[in-house]
Amino acid sequence: MKLLTHNMLSCHIKGVQNGFPFKIDPVKVQEVDADYDPDFLRHIFPRLEWKALCEAAATMGAPGLPEEVTEEMLQDDEFLRSFHHALLELVLEEGALICPETGRQFPVHKGVPNLLLNEDEN
Amino acid sequence: MTKGARPEIAAPPEIFYNEEEARKYTTNSRMMAIQAQLTERALELLALPDDGRRKLLLDLGCGSGLSGEALTEQGHCWVGMDISEAMLDVAREREVEGDLCLHDLGDGLPFRTGSFDGAISISAVQWLCNADRQGADPRRRMRRFFETLYSCLTRGGRAVLQIYPANSTQAEMLTSAAMRAGFSGGLVVDFPHSTRAKKYFLVLMVGGSAAMPAPKGMSGEDSDEDAGTVAVAGRQQSKRRRVGSAAAGFSNRHPEAKGKGWILKKKEQARHKGYVGIPSDTKYTGRKRKTRF
Repeated sequence: MKLLTHNMLSCHIKGVQNGFPFKIDPVKVQEVDADYDPDFLRHIFPRLEWKALCEAAATMGAPGLPEEVTEEMLQDDEFLRSFHHALLELVLEEGALICPETGRQFPVHKGVPNLLLNEDEN
Repeated sequence: MTKGARPEIAAPPEIFYNEEEARKYTTNSRMMAIQAQLTERALELLALPDDGRRKLLLDLGCGSGLSGEALTEQGHCWVGMDISEAMLDVAREREVEGDLCLHDLGDGLPFRTGSFDGAISISAVQWLCNADRQGADPRRRMRRFFETLYSCLTRGGRAVLQIYPANSTQAEMLTSAAMRAGFSGGLVVDFPHSTRAKKYFLVLMVGGSAAMPAPKGMSGEDSDEDAGTVAVAGRQQSKRRRVGSAAAGFSNRHPEAKGKGWILKKKEQARHKGYVGIPSDTKYTGRKRKTRF
């Protein structure tokens, strides 16, 4: 699972008000190659929760993203490269996602998070 | 409706799509062709703005990732969800580009508001009409699904869901559930005059009131490329078997299916797929018997 997906996911257990962001418990993190596309990064940026992405990238072992992002930085190639790396090239292979409100763990196995709910949760 | 014709009545999706069923999606070239064709049409109906930019899309019931591959080909980023682990295993083996999640659509989509530019779904959403578990309420599951789908799309985004409704009540139920969730749009039926080529696409729009796209094949002509509806093998098998026996073993769907060339081609295909025990080609292959009797 990429951090792009992590940034969009929000806990959907019934009654949870604040299911975002999932805490990550990384066991195995992989780095993959993805096509670098600055246009896509600029297109997706307004939709991201930047703080959540920074924290997630740090837990996955890639700290160093700036806390604030300005308009000019989105034109800066060096920044966009590190942004691209964090968003699309870090993959959580094994581990778990933890709901911030209930503490419920969703296991991630072979890169696929298991988001199925128990019967009393939906 | 013959028994076995609809997988929806056989078993819940996470049980029906087992390893054996999932394997068909990588070995059956006909099934793959149909999936690709349906995805292409869904993308056409999705009508993403043609600005050459990559979009972030959602693939609901992505299965083995056949539809996702078509999205990758068009240069889009996607996230796929499916309830069958075996199907996702196949998708992983194929090394699809998109992210995969194991998830039940009826529980609602676990995404933040306005996350995706669009969503597609190929032959999946009709599963929501079934109550497979004790206490499962299809109407409630449908409502949750459409409400969360509505909120996770950006304004002006669209969702195109290709469905196989069992009857008109189901189509009506799905459409009205979508409308109640706030979507505009409706059902587009391609090839409405043909039983086999008929395809239902639920085209849903968030905000805006763009005109509904026109269905294909309105004038009654059949789709000449492929009239198949089989996205799940077995959906039409019983019918085909009946036709086959009636015509004394010769398929009237393949007029070319008698000659030596055709037999050699089929045997070559089977060898290519790795089947064993294919008889070797000799001078007797495909030869006609004498009319001695």
